[in-house]
Amino acid sequence: MSILSLRGITKSFAGNAILKGVSLEAEEGEFIALVGPSGCGKSTLLRIVAGLEHADGGEIVIGGREVSRLAAADRNVAMVFQSYALYPHLTAGQNIAVPLAMRRLSGVQRFPFVGNFLPGQRQIRADIQRQVREMASSLKIDHLLDRKPGQMSGGQRQRVALARAMVRSPSAFLMDEPLSNLDANLRVHARGEIVELHRRAGVPTLYVTHDQSEALSMADRVAVMIGGTLLQLASPKEIYDDPAHIEVARFLGQPRINVIETRMEPSGTVRFGAITLAAENPASGEVPVMLGVRPEFVRLSGTPDGMLKARVERTEFLGSEVIVHARLDAIGETIVARISPAEAAPLTAGIPVSVEIEPDRAMLFAASGERLRAQTVAFAAPLEKAHG
Amino acid sequence: MTANLSFGRILRFTLLSLGALIFLAPYIFMISTAGKAQSEIFSSSLSLIPEQWSYVENFTKALSRVSMPTLLMNGVIVCAMIFVVQIVVAIPCAYAMAKLKFRAARLMMVLVMLGLLVPIHATALPLYVAFDRLAVLNSYTALVAPFSISVFAIFLFLQFFRAIPDDLIHAARLDGMSETGIVARVVVPNAWPAITAFAIFSVVAHWNDLFWPLVVVTNQHYATPPLGLLYFRAAEAGDDYGALMAATLIITFPLVAAFLVAQKRFVEGITMTGLKG
Amino acid sequence: MASIVSEMPIAAADRREARIAWLLAAPAIVLLFLFILLPTFAVVLLGFTDFELGYGGFRFVGLENYAELIGDRTFRRSLWNTAVYTAIVTPISIVLALAIALLIEAETRAKAFFRTVYFLPVASLLVAMATVWQFLFHPSIGPINTFLAGLGIPGPNWLGASGTVLYGLSIIGIWQSVGFNMVLFLAGLTAIPRELYAAAEVDGAKSRLDRFRLVTWPMLAPTTLFVTTISIINSVKVFETVKTLTEGGPNKASEVLLFTIYQEGFVYLRVGYASAMTVVFLAILVVLMFLQYRVLDRKVHYA
Repeated sequence: MSILSLRGITKSFAGNAILKGVSLEAEEGEFIALVGPSGCGKSTLLRIVAGLEHADGGEIVIGGREVSRLAAADRNVAMVFQSYALYPHLTAGQNIAVPLAMRRLSGVQRFPFVGNFLPGQRQIRADIQRQVREMASSLKIDHLLDRKPGQMSGGQRQRVALARAMVRSPSAFLMDEPLSNLDANLRVHARGEIVELHRRAGVPTLYVTHDQSEALSMADRVAVMIGGTLLQLASPKEIYDDPAHIEVARFLGQPRINVIETRMEPSGTVRFGAITLAAENPASGEVPVMLGVRPEFVRLSGTPDGMLKARVERTEFLGSEVIVHARLDAIGETIVARISPAEAAPLTAGIPVSVEIEPDRAMLFAASGERLRAQTVAFAAPLEKAHG
Repeated sequence: MTANLSFGRILRFTLLSLGALIFLAPYIFMISTAGKAQSEIFSSSLSLIPEQWSYVENFTKALSRVSMPTLLMNGVIVCAMIFVVQIVVAIPCAYAMAKLKFRAARLMMVLVMLGLLVPIHATALPLYVAFDRLAVLNSYTALVAPFSISVFAIFLFLQFFRAIPDDLIHAARLDGMSETGIVARVVVPNAWPAITAFAIFSVVAHWNDLFWPLVVVTNQHYATPPLGLLYFRAAEAGDDYGALMAATLIITFPLVAAFLVAQKRFVEGITMTGLKG
Repeated sequence: MASIVSEMPIAAADRREARIAWLLAAPAIVLLFLFILLPTFAVVLLGFTDFELGYGGFRFVGLENYAELIGDRTFRRSLWNTAVYTAIVTPISIVLALAIALLIEAETRAKAFFRTVYFLPVASLLVAMATVWQFLFHPSIGPINTFLAGLGIPGPNWLGASGTVLYGLSIIGIWQSVGFNMVLFLAGLTAIPRELYAAAEVDGAKSRLDRFRLVTWPMLAPTTLFVTTISIINSVKVFETVKTLTEGGPNKASEVLLFTIYQEGFVYLRVGYASAMTVVFLAILVVLMFLQYRVLDRKVHYA
């Protein structure tokens, strides 16, 4: 049984459809990263799950409970915000205590002065203090408990925000770009920490980010949202190697996937250079299609005798690898290859090369962007390594 | 949930409207009474629309007792002079304090902060004595001079200028501009929001000020609008509320009209100057 | 030698910059001395003299003026009235302004309209509007008492009776200052990050009251403190309405500080004595500002 499930969530603002029927299921203890370009609706979706905004349609079930009509306070979800949203007038300890106090103490008990004299609240307050201290020590922020957010660094604030979210064992975690305000070093370190905290809590986590490397490195499954639609939800490896949509393929991967516009014959075959692909379901008549090849599966050889001839335009040296941009003679488009420095050594701007694509690595997409299942049926020449 | 929400909205709207009505009541009665004949006013009915329209009569009376054009003109002249002098004095000073290195800057800051504490009411007595000795009472000079220095303006512009990037000033210097050139051609054009905000603050304050004009002016020729209205009341003596309301209407109108035309700027200006003060 | 040579131009450039700075600041400095520092100093000095305008000489009388102030019934009355007026106007205008600001902030459609309406009194000539209020408060023909009579309540002689005159003036004071406080609160409200409210909701602050107490009120603290100080100072400076409507009467029931100073100094021309009063007035302002800085430092700075 899934612990968190969204079914057909729709939302529009002023006539613009922001979410066009998004469904996803998260299993117990699963970490799902929601990625997509800005404006794709991922943050709106998260806010809807939290109860901060209300969907126009669809169902939200958390821990077996339909919650879409409930207020945020009643959903028992915890959220970490991009700005951390710590209460600046409260110390770290008081910040962490807020969700507990709000739930355990009644409105009257929380009332200043008067509340201090009501029976029972002393015990509850002591209990809350104990929990706050435990939480703080497990996150190693004991020493910050008496400081206010204004006196803390970005990394420290982020940990306090995490502590505030985790302290009350919620049924789901929602995180809205919690690392985007940290500097690069801290961010990589914090990734591992969040994953670790998530494992300990064992509840489903929805993690919104625009950073694909965060999504791929942290999540059990990655959901790619584009233009208000969830295009694919799969494990990081699957979503990278086997994207269901051209936009998914384009969004993930650095440098971006090479996309070559070409045509599919009525028989369902597509030829590109040395390879021939056969689609499982041929269309009726000749149709435009897109051929996608990730840069790491493009090979360039300095001997310009292959079937696809190109000329090197420029190279980017990145240390462990080199990105080579080459213009294809036949169609005038640029193809990008990611190769080792050794392979790239002889390639300088202006020299002619031949381009080869690793068999079984080319993917076919319909003009609409949908993936077309296809197999490499023919491969004209044996792959020649550039250094061969 | 939704029903609750709309109930809340209705309640909120009702409360705001009720409050608005109370806040507008003086204006409503002012306009209404300015058009009523004396006899109708004394019948003390709550009806807002005059039975007989006596607007022309009341306005004629209002205009004949005190020279309204002179009052309004004096208001405009005094406010404009004060504002221009304040700006011309304060901007270069604030620029020097914000962007130039000089030893007195800290001392100046202390003086400005002290100056903020001292209202005209506190300095009025010695200034009055001095103006009396210099025989400049009953003049525009007397009305304007004490306000020629606005420490508040210096304070406001200082904060604004500090936010102007140093690189901009350095670039202007490299382009060969003199410091006065920088103030006129780089700083001022970038300080328009602060200047408009201060303009609104200054004009509202001095257009409405009664205390200082009351102290230094005894001659109708130099009376500002608030002072003129006092004279009008004194001359009217009795309870001719129709004419009195017509006079208040004429005198209130210019600034209220300006406010209604540029209400967003007004609110922004007052908020900005209010928060900085 | 070499070091001296290389330092010279820098020192010269610094001197040049300082000279220009002095030139730019000079008019302001001169006027500041002439119209603020010197008169302030003079008023303190005059407070120790028996100077009266129209009489030639004056002599230093030490603390005589202050001794007289302590026994002066009018002055004591005036201090008391100012305090009462401030104690009425400040809290009510702040609470009203905050309530209106919260309502307007939550309002979606007519936001600008309501803001304009409540702000209108700030932009209106107070002397003129006081005159209108005088008509509204008129014991027999005024709309307020006509309205009260309609409800069967006998209306008081608002500005004409010593028991009610301060309340009447306070109502005008509140009416006039709410709009100003309101726009400051509105600015404070807009500055509160939306994410804090979202966090409060997720943290379990269900009701509006909970969120107000957890987020709005503490986040508005600097604004509230500031509005409080400015309201108190403005109330202490009440003058226009008193001068226009009551001249301190009836029976000195509406004598307020600035009006008393005005009467003594500019009507009776007892400059020395009025200066002593001014010093008291100034001292009150200084204490208020000092208190504000103290509280600001202690309580409401979160950084």
